[in-house]
Order: sequence, then C-alpha cells, then structure tokens
Amino acid sequence: MGGVEVAAESRVRELYERLVGKKFAFISGTLLLILVLVGVAVTIGSANITIKQAYAAVVEATLKKVEAAVESLFLGRIDLHFAPDFNIPSKYETIVCNIRLPRVFMALVVGAVLALAGTVMQAILRNPLASPFTIGISSAAGFGAALAIILGVSLTRSTIWTVAVASNAFVFAVLDALLIYGLSRRKGATPETMILAGIAFMYLWSGMTSFLQYVGEEHAVKEALFWMFGDLTKATWLKLGVTSLIAAACIPYLVLRAWDLNVLMLGDETAKSLGVDARRVRLTSMLFASLLTAGAVCFVGTIGFVGLVAPHIVRMIIGGDHRFLLPASSLFGAALLLACDTAARTVLAPEILPVGIVTSFMGVPLFLYLILRRRREYW
Amino acid sequence: MVTSGCDAKTGRMKLRVKGVTFSYGSIPALNDVSIEVEASEVLGIVGPNGAGKSTLLRCINRILKPQRGAVLLDGADVSKMSMLEVARCMGYVPQNSPMVFPTTVFDVVLMGRRPHLSWRCSADDIKKVLEVLEALRIEGLAMRDFTELSGGQQQKVLIARALAQEPEVLLLDEPTSNLDVRHQLEVMELLKTLAAERGLVVVMAIHDLNLAARFADKIVMLNAGRIFAAGKPTDVLIPKNINKVYGVDAVVSKISGKPFILPLKPV
Repeated sequence: MGGVEVAAESRVRELYERLVGKKFAFISGTLLLILVLVGVAVTIGSANITIKQAYAAVVEATLKKVEAAVESLFLGRIDLHFAPDFNIPSKYETIVCNIRLPRVFMALVVGAVLALAGTVMQAILRNPLASPFTIGISSAAGFGAALAIILGVSLTRSTIWTVAVASNAFVFAVLDALLIYGLSRRKGATPETMILAGIAFMYLWSGMTSFLQYVGEEHAVKEALFWMFGDLTKATWLKLGVTSLIAAACIPYLVLRAWDLNVLMLGDETAKSLGVDARRVRLTSMLFASLLTAGAVCFVGTIGFVGLVAPHIVRMIIGGDHRFLLPASSLFGAALLLACDTAARTVLAPEILPVGIVTSFMGVPLFLYLILRRRREYW
Repeated sequence: MVTSGCDAKTGRMKLRVKGVTFSYGSIPALNDVSIEVEASEVLGIVGPNGAGKSTLLRCINRILKPQRGAVLLDGADVSKMSMLEVARCMGYVPQNSPMVFPTTVFDVVLMGRRPHLSWRCSADDIKKVLEVLEALRIEGLAMRDFTELSGGQQQKVLIARALAQEPEVLLLDEPTSNLDVRHQLEVMELLKTLAAERGLVVVMAIHDLNLAARFADKIVMLNAGRIFAAGKPTDVLIPKNINKVYGVDAVVSKISGKPFILPLKPV
C-alpha cells in the first residue's frame, strides 16, 4: 500500500504546487500589465504631444534629476553632462512630468491602497460586501472636506486651500476609525458591531455634511460635492509622496498579518484555538486599513468600487490565501484604477471624467462577467 | 520559553480540569467542574442544552478564562501559557465553522499549521498537511472548495485541520451534529483510532447518548453547570440519571457490552 500512498501524496503536492505557480503567474502578469498601462497612460492626454516626445521628456527629466542629485552629492565639485537633450519644449516637459506622471502614479498607489484595504476589511469583517468605506471613512473625509470648503474651517489652521481640505478630510477619516475602534473595543469587536457602528457613523457624517450643504453657499456646496467624486486631476508629486509614505508605513503590518487574516475566516473561536487573538487582530488591522484609506481619500475623494471589487476578482482567480491575495489584489487594484483613469481621460477627450464614475462603469461589467462565468454557490 | 511539555510530544499527555467555575457576566455556566483524562482516552461530555458542555470545552482551550479553578496539561497551568503555546498543544473543532470566502481544503488544513509556522510555510508544513489528509483519507478533496463539501466531508476537514496542529489534546464540540448515520460512525471511529494510535486525549461534547455510550471511554454528565455523574458509560448512562438530567423516561439495555438508550417520553 505504501507505494500507492506515496503516489497520492505526490499528486496532491503537485496540484498544490501548480496552484502556487498559478498565483505567482497572476502576480507577474499583473505587474507586466501595470508596466504596459503606465507606458500607454503617459502618452495619452489632451495636449498635442507625440508618443516619442512624451517618452523623451520622461527620460530627459529623469536623467537631469539624477545628474543634479549626483552633483549635489559631490557638493557641486563635479560637473556632469550625461543627460541627453531631446529638444522637447519645456511646456511639454511640464505637462508630461508634472501633470501626467504624478497622475499615473497616484492612480497606481490609490488603486493599490484601496484594494488592499478592501481585502483586509472583507477578511476582518468576514463580509463580502465590506470595502474600505464600510466603516464610514469616506463620509467622514467628505464631512471634513466640506467643513473646509463650505465653512472655511481648517483644523490645521492652514491658509492654503488644498492643505486645509486634505488635512480636514484626513483627520476626520482617522477620527471615524478611532471612534469605531473605541466602540467595538468596548463591545467585543465582533464583525457585526463594527459594521453596525460604521453604518451609524456613516449616517452621522453624511447628515452633518447635508446640513453644511443646506446652509452653505451654492458655489461652495457644488465644490464640496465635486470633491467627493473621486478624482485624480489634482494629483501632484507632493500628494503622491504623502499617500505613498502613509501606505509604506501601514502595508508591512497588514502583510505580516496574512496568516492571521486567513485564520480569521474560520471564525473567532477557531482563530483563538490556533493562537490568534481574533479581537486584537481585527481591531489593529481595521486601524491600519483605515489609515491607509484615509491617506488616499484625503487627496482624491471617494473612488468607489475598486476596494470592493478588486479583492473579489483576484480571489476568484487565485483563491483566498492572504499571503498571495494581499499583494495580488493591490497590484490588480493599481492596474484597474490606472486603466479606469486612462479611460476617464480618453473617452470624452478633451473632457476629463472623474475616475470615480468610470470605475463603476468598467468594474461592474467585469465583475458581472466573472460572477456569471462561475458556477459556484458563492459567486 | 516553552513552559509546557507539549513540544516534547510524549504522547502520554494528561489533562486535568480542577474546580473550574465560569459565568457569563452574572449568569453562571460552570460550577466547580473537575475532570481527568489520560492519553488515548475518549471523554464524552453529555448533558441537556445549556448544561455547559461547550463552555467547558472553551474553558479547557483557554478561549474563555475560568473565574476559578485551573486546567492542567501534564501539571502545567494552561492559564499561564501563551495562546500560541496552548495552540501547539490543543486542537479544537467548533460546532460550526462559518466560511464566508471559498478556500481550498488544502488551505483550510494548512491553517492548522499557523501555531507552528512563521510567515513562510516550509516544505515540512506542506508534508504534514499531506500526511493528515491521507490519514483521514480525504486527499482526493485537497483542491476542492471547502464551502462546496457535504457536512460529513467538512467535519473531516476540520478534524484534519485540528490534527495538523499536532495537538496532544483534541477538543470537539458536537462533532456529529450535522452528519448522517454513516458519517457519524466514520467520524467517531476516526476519533477512537486517533486516540489509540496517536495517544491523543480526546474530549468531545456530544448530544447523541448512544454514540457517547459506544465510543467514549468515560462520560461526564453535566447538568446546569455541575457534574451530575461521571465514570464509565455503563455507570453513568442509567435510566435514573437520564430521568433526572434530561427529564426523559428511557430504557437502557445492553448491546455487545455497551449501553443502548431508548428515550421513551418526557416526564
């Protein structure tokens, strides 16, 4: 019998390894897709810049930066001239390097962040309908922004409009997460408590926003409303830097929790019996995911759907093991949002649509297709 | 760092519960419960709904912390061990495992390795999973989706998951509650074999008195959080006890040396 058993064992091992291989293939495929998308996205826009000029501008600007950096490293004692000069009009260079590039990278980072936060929320709340906004983050950010836009109240006392709006949005989003944290800590931190508390707060924030809109002046109200549509138009290198920094601070914790997120799916009791403090993992993961979301939402508003759908799509393809799911769905979210934003910039060119509108248009058909194609009880 | 003898894998673990008392807020659930189980023994905890069977299992496993009393694993106090240390000693199969997202059987069983592994899982972890799947003869299900399996298959997978923990003590809450007759017998025989072959301590909360009578070496009968009777099935499962605890008239006969209980009517 021994031989038969060994055969069965090696067959299962082979199947498992093939599945792991599939997961790695999906991740590398998505990476490749991102590269292609970035390559296409920088060449697209309303300005009349050729593909060649766009790439030349990027290469030239990058090498100039490197040159300047190296020179300053040697305190200006050397003079380098390796950066080529392609004779790109400086207006074009500005458009490509300071408008398109930050926008493209912002789409990648925000997409990755929302998809990751959505994956984590779905796991800790054990709910397929959960998204980064389930616990009211976006409504809180919207209220913070409206406070700055309509009433001119800035928590950071900043006189710079963008800073005032973004910091308000960030602070209220984090405040919302902390309130949910405090409440659910007292009440046992079950998924149900957290979802219900989140919905309650969501109504509170949007009620207060409605009040501001009711008393506010028309143009300010409209501006506040527009802020809430997710939009990448105002992306800058600085904003990109802040969002990425917050992401870099939060992502390692969440990725290290991959096993605990897996185990949480078996229920809290089983998780505890496997040595995982379900309550604590749920609360801290919620805080980190919220912080991650707040860092993106405060600059770009509410970009829906990516955080809900990207995790599902990836789960359908590579399965629910968070060691693979977390990186894969953030990469996929990045690709999805960049694709949507590129579409948003081209569909009605030269008019640019808010990407939040396009994500729904592109995400829904893709999602429905996958649901219909699958013949599973769950999807 | 390791304070228990569990990692030594002696296979001769002894589980003692000493005067455990637990209440949910002001509602008492367990009152001064003491039990003792040796390696290779199967202990069945019986009693009516709300008698404290599940609570007792959770106290043993430190999911709940008893207000008084102690749980000792080979003399080591479980309350002084970390969650991970407990997880390396005790496997727990709850009554139901809610699974929201599809997960392969292999991955579910692999989760049982969580107390042992770092972020990466080693070839050894994979091998352990394969061994357990094979021991339970469910290797054919390995790549199937857990949520698509039948109740009996799911129960076996969950037991496999607990075994992948390499525990010395296996705790089960109603392992047969959703199963048909054949699967009930299969699971019970499996538990019996595991206890005998691996020297496991098996503690199961169970409603079916006949299964308890046939497969448990010892029975503890709980009533309203207290031990009403404890001992061999033949001594505990008698009409008088069943009448007192369940409020049911029953006849108990014997089939091949084991008590056979036929409940007649509520009193």
